[in-house]
Amino acid sequence: MDLSFLAIQALNGLSSASSLFITACGLTLVFGVTRIVNFAHGSLYMIGAYTAATLVPRLLELHFGPVTFWAGILASAIIVGLIGVLIEVLLLRRIYGAPELFQLLATFGVVLVVQDLAILVFGPEDILGPRAPGLRAPVEILGRRFPSYELVLIAAGPIVLGLVWLLLRKTRFGVLVRAATQDREMIAALGVNQALLFTGTLFLGAFLAGLGGALQIPRVSAHAGMDLSIIAEAFVVTVVGGMGSVPGAFLAALIIGQLQAFGILIFPKSTLVVVFLLMAVVLAIRPYGFFGRPEAVGGTHAVGIASSKRSPYAGLIALAVIGTGLSLPLIGDAYMLKVATEILIFALFAFSLQLLIGVSGVVSFGHAAFFGLGAYGAALSLKWFALPMEAALPAGLLLAAAGALLIGGFVVRLSGIYLAMMTLAAAQIIYAVAFQWVDVTGGDNGIVGVWPSAWASGQVPFYLFTLALVTIAVLLLMRIINAPFGYALRAARDSEARAEAIGLTIRRHRWLAFTISGAAAGLAGGLYAFSRGSVDPSLLGIPTSVDALTMLLIGGIQTVTGPLVGAGFLHVLRDQIMPLTSLWRLLLGLIIIAIVLVFPRGLVGTVRGWGEERS
Amino acid sequence: MSTPPLLEIWNLTASYGRAQVLFGLTFGLHAGEVLALVGRNGAGKTTTLKAIMGLVPATAQKATFKGHSLGRLPTYRIARMGLGYVPEDRRIFTDLTVEENLEAGRKAASGGRSPWTPERLFKLFPNLAEMRGRRGNQMSGGEQQMLAIARTLMGNPDAILLDEPSEGIAPVIVQMMAEAIRAMKAEGVAVLLSEQNWAFAAGISDRAIVIERGEMRFHGTMAELMADEPLRAETLGV
Repeated sequence: MDLSFLAIQALNGLSSASSLFITACGLTLVFGVTRIVNFAHGSLYMIGAYTAATLVPRLLELHFGPVTFWAGILASAIIVGLIGVLIEVLLLRRIYGAPELFQLLATFGVVLVVQDLAILVFGPEDILGPRAPGLRAPVEILGRRFPSYELVLIAAGPIVLGLVWLLLRKTRFGVLVRAATQDREMIAALGVNQALLFTGTLFLGAFLAGLGGALQIPRVSAHAGMDLSIIAEAFVVTVVGGMGSVPGAFLAALIIGQLQAFGILIFPKSTLVVVFLLMAVVLAIRPYGFFGRPEAVGGTHAVGIASSKRSPYAGLIALAVIGTGLSLPLIGDAYMLKVATEILIFALFAFSLQLLIGVSGVVSFGHAAFFGLGAYGAALSLKWFALPMEAALPAGLLLAAAGALLIGGFVVRLSGIYLAMMTLAAAQIIYAVAFQWVDVTGGDNGIVGVWPSAWASGQVPFYLFTLALVTIAVLLLMRIINAPFGYALRAARDSEARAEAIGLTIRRHRWLAFTISGAAAGLAGGLYAFSRGSVDPSLLGIPTSVDALTMLLIGGIQTVTGPLVGAGFLHVLRDQIMPLTSLWRLLLGLIIIAIVLVFPRGLVGTVRGWGEERS
Repeated sequence: MSTPPLLEIWNLTASYGRAQVLFGLTFGLHAGEVLALVGRNGAGKTTTLKAIMGLVPATAQKATFKGHSLGRLPTYRIARMGLGYVPEDRRIFTDLTVEENLEAGRKAASGGRSPWTPERLFKLFPNLAEMRGRRGNQMSGGEQQMLAIARTLMGNPDAILLDEPSEGIAPVIVQMMAEAIRAMKAEGVAVLLSEQNWAFAAGISDRAIVIERGEMRFHGTMAELMADEPLRAETLGV
């Protein structure tokens, strides 16, 4: 490892920092003005790469020289900017006042829609773009060859930073954007049309995402899946830098670029872990990142379960549900039982999340972490210690609870969007460990052969076993929700200051709730591992977290039974429709968006709303 | 006064959720006059101003400005018609410099009047001239109040809704506020002034409205209100 090698690594770090900054800069600008964390920002980046990889080769065929390459990159970024405008006008504009959970979910709905649309438009194949004319030959630096295109990228980051700085400091648009970042209502009272300002900001943000993606085409081929990998990194950059701060994003991107470039030398497989650990450490020390500021609480976070008169039929309904559950083996076939088993498991998973979101107001975006920890805990103890199911399930539950205890310690110090991002990061760390620590976890392939003990194998016994465990766990959670502990959590959710003023130790309560919720999710994960016979890293991924959130959303965040209904609904829907269409994600995305826009109270909440109106 | 008022409000009501706070206010604001809206804390003064600006949900039988209905227009359209608003808590953009705050408020002048420029405003508020590049978060309350008014004047309004300009600032600056309001008036700008500081309001206003628990108790000239001691004692405690 000599000096020249270190220099090349540092340059590599700088060029990936530049690329990351350009994309993250757009994300942080959009957040600053609209207060929406746009999950679809990664999708815009992906569209930028696909568009450029498709467009630039055609332009180069015209033989106008190297300038066509850059014109193509710019044109792609502009196209993406216009798509950003479309997203603002059609969706974001309608949810500026919505709780942040809904905003995150709705923009994740866009992610799903774009994933399928991108395949429809650009085809399923990866597209490798052309190399930049005039920059094909490497340059020699300290006796080593270094791609000259990377040098251009290194310069691009500071250039974009400079231009954005000029735009924000020296133009009227910039003054208004910065003013709106602070006080949107006041800007309107001064006669500024916020809608135009927001649309303009979205254009700028999407343009930068598209530019970030388009600039990648000589380095990596455009492919499906770029969206979620870049968005995770861009989240880290914006959160570490301080949400809304452009210089913060630049600094964070520089640090992360170097960390990745040199981290790969020390821990060859741990680049993802290193990045997310950085975020965890920074947030633990500075809860609002380098240059971020506490959010002005808009009072829109808190949505959740309210106290309501117990329905006189509650007991009857519970009995009917359990009775139906018990009699299902008599009427259902094996397939139906398998589906029912999975619904029960996901119901418990979603219900455990309800304790966090609906009851505590803790918007976790990484609940898959505990589901996955439970599954892996069970699978690993079976594989490495040859424990039977009866011991492996509690082992999984304990692992998940321990993980939640550890992560919760960090998380409960935060609030709002930073909290959501921290939970997301925590889940991504665990995902990265499961994915990259191949020797222990089996990496991408996961662990197979996770079968239940003999007495519980077979569809009917395992179904009944699951039914029993889920019923007990849900009843326990309901008991917690309706105990003084649950009241305290709800008080803290609705008004932190008042709850603290009457002497509640909010952090400790939330920490305990986080741990309990993690343990319950872990039980669900363990059961899931045994029901499928295998585990793999996807159980820990963002889509799994979003699944739980979607179930909650479909059922209704303000209701106790919502998650159960939501789990059943989503599962059946997926089961029925997925085989029929290749556009399942598009459909699911549209469903999520529609629920946020039209039925924000979910199925159970809407039905109950009708009842309340009548009475 | 024979000319129709600049701002005409008929039967204004407003509610926060289920709690109604305004119960049918009717008044007009004429060009070039200062109309004081006085009453105790919580009487509904701030809500009245916010309701006119479309910042809180409200209903009115009729609400017009320069003869055009305010209806359910969004706030920015109301502001663009020439109605300026200076909120009670000032709401300066603290990350922006004095000059940038003024820029954020800039709108073209509507009619032949000579437009307000930063230079003219610096003459009106000399303190601001010395801190053009200073950020809002490094200014005193009084300086922020001046900036808030100057920022709204940059929009060249025909009328200004001014919410508690004397609140929480030093007496010497309250004097400057009074000067500024007189200067606006001299320019032909109408001012609807919500105020708890009776002496301040009495010194600069032509007419007054007294509101109590969301209802109008008095509507007339300042001289009449000065003369009606029992009413003042009952509703304002002065």
